[in-house]
Amino acid sequence: MSDIVLDIDNLVVTLGKEADSDRVIDGVSLQVREGETLCLVGESGSGKSVTSLTVMGLQQKGALVPVSGSARLVGEELLTASDKRLRQLRATRMAMIFQEPMTALNPVVPVGRQIDEVLRAHTNLDAGTRQQRILAMMEHVRLPDVTRIFKSYPHQLSGGQRQRIMIAMALVLEPKLLIADEPTTALDVTTQKQILALIRDLQRDHGTAVLFITHDMGVVAEIADRVAVMRYGRIVETGPLDDVLRAPTMEYTRNLLSSVPSLVPRAPRPESTEPIVLETSALGKVYRERSFVGKAREVAAAKDVTLTLRKGRTLGIVGESGSGKSTVARCIVRLIDPTTGSVRLVGREISGLSRTALQPHRKRIQIVFQDPYRSLNPRVTVGESIAEGPINYGVPRNEALKRAGELLELVDLPADAISRYPHQFSGGQRQRIAIARALALDPDVLVADEAVSALDVSVQAQVLDLFDEIQARLGIALLFITHDLRVAAQICDDVVVMQHGRVVEQGPAAAVLTDPQQAYTKQLLDAAPGRHWDFANFRPVDSSPGVGAV
Amino acid sequence: MLGYLIRRILAAIPVMGVVALFVFLLLRLTPGDPAAIIAGDNATPEQLMRIRISLGLNEPLYVQFITWIGQLLRGDLGVSLISGVPVLRMIGQRIEPTIAVALSTIVVSILVAVPLGVIAAWKRGTWIDRGVMGLSVIGFSVPVFVIGYVLIQVFAIDLRWLPVQGFRSLSRGLVPFAERLVLPTLALSFIYVALIARMTRAAMLDVLDEDYVRTARAKGIGETGVLLRHALRNAAVPVITVIGTGFALLISGVVVTESVFNLPGIGRLTVDAVLARDYPVIQAMILLTSGIYVAINLLIDLAYTLLDPRIRY
Repeated sequence: MSDIVLDIDNLVVTLGKEADSDRVIDGVSLQVREGETLCLVGESGSGKSVTSLTVMGLQQKGALVPVSGSARLVGEELLTASDKRLRQLRATRMAMIFQEPMTALNPVVPVGRQIDEVLRAHTNLDAGTRQQRILAMMEHVRLPDVTRIFKSYPHQLSGGQRQRIMIAMALVLEPKLLIADEPTTALDVTTQKQILALIRDLQRDHGTAVLFITHDMGVVAEIADRVAVMRYGRIVETGPLDDVLRAPTMEYTRNLLSSVPSLVPRAPRPESTEPIVLETSALGKVYRERSFVGKAREVAAAKDVTLTLRKGRTLGIVGESGSGKSTVARCIVRLIDPTTGSVRLVGREISGLSRTALQPHRKRIQIVFQDPYRSLNPRVTVGESIAEGPINYGVPRNEALKRAGELLELVDLPADAISRYPHQFSGGQRQRIAIARALALDPDVLVADEAVSALDVSVQAQVLDLFDEIQARLGIALLFITHDLRVAAQICDDVVVMQHGRVVEQGPAAAVLTDPQQAYTKQLLDAAPGRHWDFANFRPVDSSPGVGAV
Repeated sequence: MLGYLIRRILAAIPVMGVVALFVFLLLRLTPGDPAAIIAGDNATPEQLMRIRISLGLNEPLYVQFITWIGQLLRGDLGVSLISGVPVLRMIGQRIEPTIAVALSTIVVSILVAVPLGVIAAWKRGTWIDRGVMGLSVIGFSVPVFVIGYVLIQVFAIDLRWLPVQGFRSLSRGLVPFAERLVLPTLALSFIYVALIARMTRAAMLDVLDEDYVRTARAKGIGETGVLLRHALRNAAVPVITVIGTGFALLISGVVVTESVFNLPGIGRLTVDAVLARDYPVIQAMILLTSGIYVAINLLIDLAYTLLDPRIRY
């Protein structure tokens, strides 16, 4: 057995100092050994981030208080260490990388200098030596053109490059422990794959112990040696990767794994002969950046997008960030105006209609957005939010509110939800409210723009079921925008794969996602984390050996 | 950057043009005979005639405007109707006290307020924070003349540490210049300290919750480095905005302070001109104040680009 680097024993963290305060972390024990990756998995609010921040001594002081237990780093107690000692240990013995590489780097300082700060704080090296060491580290994390990037500001780099900078910063002093808090969640799958490979390689070369926090079972399957599942501030189950994925002992773990949508597309539905409700041809959107002097810059956010959607069917648009999938959705709903091409909604051309002429057609197409925390007005009751649309279209208030109640029932929310405010609901419930709001106008087409991406897997599975159920009951057509191929595989009849604003490949989901014809689609599928694992059935796909679990 | 600077200076021309037009029309479009207004109630017909000719009032309006602009561009702001002294020279004589008080006030305010704001934000919710915020309410609410007279009473009359009033040019020695500047600066600083400290605290509070501040701490950097290098620089943009507009307000609004401390600055020059209806002086003061505002706004925008590399024009 190799050495234990991090040893957390019976850690309790409470919300506030009082004796009866709520326990955010309630007796967590875990160990991470040299050269090992422990994945801490759990849904939002399970306490996985608080655990890691407490180890670093970075939890919100005064609000989160470690009241008992211990956290030892190579034998040294961290919970009682002085602020000064903790500062010395950070970056030298333990380091951390975060979810959002954009916001985690200081926007007004060149990235090279941000790495340099680590060396200046912890070593006595002279400027020349420090720079050499930083450039070497930047090459080590496989950044291109390191002398240029050294002087760049964060906004001039891509998301993947920024995360590489964070990793370089964290590992430049070769700490014993690396805590990675959802480090790839904000990245595209292809970038995620590279970053995961990088972390694994660096760990192998340096024997670093990695505490990897994630909510994504796919990522777990890619990177973990051992897994600890957290819920309500407690460790539910812990064990080697293969054991946990193959034979989870706890009910919660089983449910969590069963909720992970499979990459294998669901059985295709028979071809539909229902009428076409939505059709675009050669749809395009160009953004022009006018400049005071000099040439105007043009960016084609979407180009030549042609798609059709029949009543009662689901069409997915999949792609990475910047692929133009949301632009297309917004052009179709006319939240933004397309530059070229046509959009036919139930046989009616709407791309050129003026705002007023469009008004009667708006109710035929409705949209549900990604973030349910921001897409509902916090100062308006749920009922009013849902009834607002119909009232705008002349439905009497009482009738609209009555209908709102029925819709809440349809999306499985209690009837009294109608007079409550959005903040009284969880994320999944809010997304149900957003769906009810969209349905209030009896649209022919419902556009879901990353509508399940911000949700935990178990909630995601429920909301996906809800979409299915609504479609079966109302015969509505769904346009489903997602970056998640697993979600697309489970809900779409047809998919459109987009890259750089263009359609790369389109066809029935079962065909495109199992037998992709284009290199880019193959690359996307290949990068999907945990693609070799069929989580819901607790076994590897195609019964090949668990590739992720090497 | 240079291109941006040139563009901004070019863009200032139409702004100043509109101001000039307004100033021009202010006099010409006032009901009645401008010459009569200027000359006052007891003017003789000869005086009226002289004023008409000197203003070119016999010419069509556009000719008058072009002539007037031409004079402006040559630096000829006209002659005071009361003293007969060229307006430019009058302003030149009176600008030093105003600029001196404004600069010293803004420097003192920044030196006091920014650290106060940073500390208040860092110690959010503690008695230090509440103390700073409480003081800033006092700073906001007590009028300058009250603070001014209290300071004079204590430091000049009772303790006799400093002169009561007046101004001595820097050219006549640093010490007499500085000791007459202390009390007006202190009196004026109160409100600016309050304003800038509040703004700094608010901006710092926003920034302290940012992920990169957490990253900085995770790197093992000391709190001073975290606060100054990472937080304050990101919080600087709104603070600079307040400082800049505050400075512009200072120059145009020092009338009360100049009166309390008997400083011969442009604030009192303006008041005197308004009371005496000395139109050429009023016009020149409006132009000067607008010019200062335009210049300061340009400086603020340039400061943004230096502070935040993401801001590019």
